[in-house]
Amino acid sequence: MSEEFKVEIVNPEKSFLVKDDVSEVVVPAFEGEMGILKDHISIISFLKPGIIKILSKSGDENYYVEDGIVEFKNNNLSILTSTIFNLADMDKSKQQDLLKEAEEEANKTDINDQSKYLADQKVEVLKTLN
Amino acid sequence: MASLDDLKKRIASVKSTQKITKAMKMVAAAKLRRAQESAEKGRPYSEKMNNVILNLSNGISDKENAPKLLSGTGQEKTHLCVVMTSDRGLCGGFNSNIIKKAKSYFLKILDEGKELKIITVGSKGNDQLKRVYGDKIIENISFKESKNANYFDADKVGKMVIEKFESGEFDVCTIFYNQFKNVITQIPQAQQIIPLNNEGEESSSEESYEFEPDEDEILSNLLPKNISTQIFKAMLENSASEQGSRMSAMDNATRNAGEMVDKLTIEYNRSRQAAITKELIEIISGAESL
Repeated sequence: MSEEFKVEIVNPEKSFLVKDDVSEVVVPAFEGEMGILKDHISIISFLKPGIIKILSKSGDENYYVEDGIVEFKNNNLSILTSTIFNLADMDKSKQQDLLKEAEEEANKTDINDQSKYLADQKVEVLKTLN
Repeated sequence: MASLDDLKKRIASVKSTQKITKAMKMVAAAKLRRAQESAEKGRPYSEKMNNVILNLSNGISDKENAPKLLSGTGQEKTHLCVVMTSDRGLCGGFNSNIIKKAKSYFLKILDEGKELKIITVGSKGNDQLKRVYGDKIIENISFKESKNANYFDADKVGKMVIEKFESGEFDVCTIFYNQFKNVITQIPQAQQIIPLNNEGEESSSEESYEFEPDEDEILSNLLPKNISTQIFKAMLENSASEQGSRMSAMDNATRNAGEMVDKLTIEYNRSRQAAITKELIEIISGAESL
């Protein structure tokens, strides 16, 4: 029996990615990174800014996400997100732009704790990319 | 009867109008294809989102303390209506249909003695509504600069709606838009987004989920996103509908212009013939009298 399952990433505009030969996906869940293997229990969780790692036979892929929801059911992993970038396509200037934006947001004083936390996360993740 | 010159001018002007409507029709057709495509591509997201929320709200243990976005404020005094129309005209009954639907809803609400607040998205709706309901319109948004419907714009509207909800400005929120069925048929829709109306829909699975963190927290995070998603869906449907409606309207206009040109040409030829005959008679009778 194969150890592979299906992953689907959708953003509001389109279905971003569909892959059905995935052996493991690591998602930045809200309470820490979470690795999902085949036959994981059904789960719903949401994401914080971070890197999604998709490990499959046809090669590994890394994506940067800012938010989203993951749902795993019957060996189908759905990731709903509004902001996602493939790290392979992301160049330095794009990273810098995002980082600048995130830093500005993190430095705002009139935001609540949760959005502050999320903005800080964004900055952290983007910094490690550079 | 109009003189030959006048007729000639009218024919020319109708012909140039026909050219414009023909061009607009073709542009609309090209845009329609793109809009339709993105509407279809956008569907998985909103469907998945709906599914997840359905599963969540079924699994929620404590209905009393459910987030207000799901269960409502417990009263229905103030209604907020988000009326979504286009920024451009010349698209047949597209805008009027939404407005008509919205107006009948407004009347119902006002008859029941409830308070009404309106947000208009798109300038055409604002133009049509401000005459009668000008004092009820609290916000007018238009995305003239954005070429296509994008999620960023929808999110802006969504955030605004949620902000107003949280500050207690309204109890029930309904959005009005045209659902795209096909090129000739668009159905004006009224969809209630706050509180979320999930009645009648059953969750597809009996399976229980594991939640991380707990249901309440996920729900309170998810529901605002769902609002934006629903608004985005409405925007996509709307833009496909707009182009479809414009295409058929312009098709009709082109055909009508063609008919008009035919009629005018016949009239022109007839009066030209009449003028020639008249001249001939004059010459002949002049020659005879000599």
